Amino acid sequence: MAFNRRKFMIRNASWMLMVVLLLLWEILCIGLQVPEYLFPAPSAVWSAGIERWEPIMLHAWQTFFTTVVGFAIAVGVGVLLGVAVGTYPIVYKALYPLLVGFNSIPKVAFVPVLVVWFGIGTVPAILTAFLISFFPILVNVATGLATLEPELEDVLRSLGATKRDILRKVGLPRALPYFFASLKVAITLAFVGSVISETVASNKGIGYLMMAASSSMDMALVFAGLIVIGVMGVVMYELFAWMEKRFTRWANRGSNSVAI
Amino acid sequence: MGSGLYRNWGESMEFVTFEQVSLAYEEGGPLAIRDISLSVKKNEFIAVVGPSGCGKSTLMKLVSGLSEPTSGYVYMNGRQISGPQKCIGMAFQASNLLPWRTTLENVMLPLEIVQPYRSQMRKQRKYFEEMARALIARVGLSGWEDKYPWELSGGMQQRASICRALIHKPELLMLDEPFGALDAFTREELWCMLQDLWQEQPFTVVLVTHDLREAVFLADTVYVMSKGPGEILVKRDIDIPRPRSLDDTYTEHFASQVHVLRDHIGAIRKH
Repeated sequence: MAFNRRKFMIRNASWMLMVVLLLLWEILCIGLQVPEYLFPAPSAVWSAGIERWEPIMLHAWQTFFTTVVGFAIAVGVGVLLGVAVGTYPIVYKALYPLLVGFNSIPKVAFVPVLVVWFGIGTVPAILTAFLISFFPILVNVATGLATLEPELEDVLRSLGATKRDILRKVGLPRALPYFFASLKVAITLAFVGSVISETVASNKGIGYLMMAASSSMDMALVFAGLIVIGVMGVVMYELFAWMEKRFTRWANRGSNSVAI
Repeated sequence: MGSGLYRNWGESMEFVTFEQVSLAYEEGGPLAIRDISLSVKKNEFIAVVGPSGCGKSTLMKLVSGLSEPTSGYVYMNGRQISGPQKCIGMAFQASNLLPWRTTLENVMLPLEIVQPYRSQMRKQRKYFEEMARALIARVGLSGWEDKYPWELSGGMQQRASICRALIHKPELLMLDEPFGALDAFTREELWCMLQDLWQEQPFTVVLVTHDLREAVFLADTVYVMSKGPGEILVKRDIDIPRPRSLDDTYTEHFASQVHVLRDHIGAIRKH
């Protein structure tokens, strides 16, 4: 019995921690009589969320949409550039410093530029999500390709394989685990990007909702927005974690393969 | 002696020929090998032994056309080697099997790349699969065709790796310390397996190793190389009749062959 309980605890650890934290939060807020316009208790956040369910969903959908579109573009661009950087040393030499420099720019500083070019709303949010999330994908795909064992490459080249053959038969499959690992990071970054853009320059989306709510001291709604973003992030992360496991079982055989 | 693109076909059945080959990996840098001249006959089994860092692997890269000599010439079939060769099988100390492919799929990889198999792959897939299964069975891996590499032991992985090197029936098999990471029993078992494969359907073998017993057991001719820059010190023919058995390795004659080679290597160390 004791063994089973331990297993149960481990499996549900994240839920239990969440419940404990929520309880603590609730108790602190009530016990210390924190005013709701500063730090609302979870119960207040919950009721605000229920009360304004429809507008929240509307804005959440907008955020979700811009994030996923920006992320999709990031996957496309990240994979293409990653393959180029990982395959051709000259592209690596030429492009890499530039990309690192670009990645160091805080994207929030870039949003006003996008607004000037594209106006406020959906487009800058998509672009910010894209800009912030393509870099990890690029780096991981390039790393996966560049760390190909030289002996394996020799084997293939001595068979007369072209560069394209090597990429298709070995490079890309081998880079897959790196790619999926980067998707998990990239999707969460994409949410950061779209919400940043919405807070600065939009009249739609969770970011805008939170800005509007906080300027009217509606803290409960702000927190409801935060939680909605968090939930979307976790769901998408888990989706890509599942895909990673599903498609690259061979790469994490340690944990979920049947040993012989 | 001819030089340039073609070489006289006078001598008997020379398959691979080195003519005073030197190679430095960097321009003006130290030589990895110096003045190597040797020739390998068709279907001959040669072994190259020497201390680590003697340029054995460089030799392999030259034959397979993955490196070009700084000076001298390398010929295959009387034609100067330029660029990667098309029909060579290679196996290394690490089996380098692709973890996302089963044993069978790994063994069939060369058929997806080398012509004429490549263009027949779609129509003849079944037949090629049978071919691969037969070879896998031949090295004692029956029943493991659909397992993934990580499910195989080190010795089994190496068997699969040798299958992959032979499936497209290359004229030349290059082995770079293929049994180096295996335990003694498995290693000797694989020696016998390799010898059997070679005797059934001859091909030319260049085996790079630092195991003298392995070299004597398997090879027709053993070349001893010196430490960097690698030079050939001794060429020694092994006259033990075939097929050789593991019992032969305990005979006086075998031991003396190993000893002679050992002495040469010892002499290198004292330099």
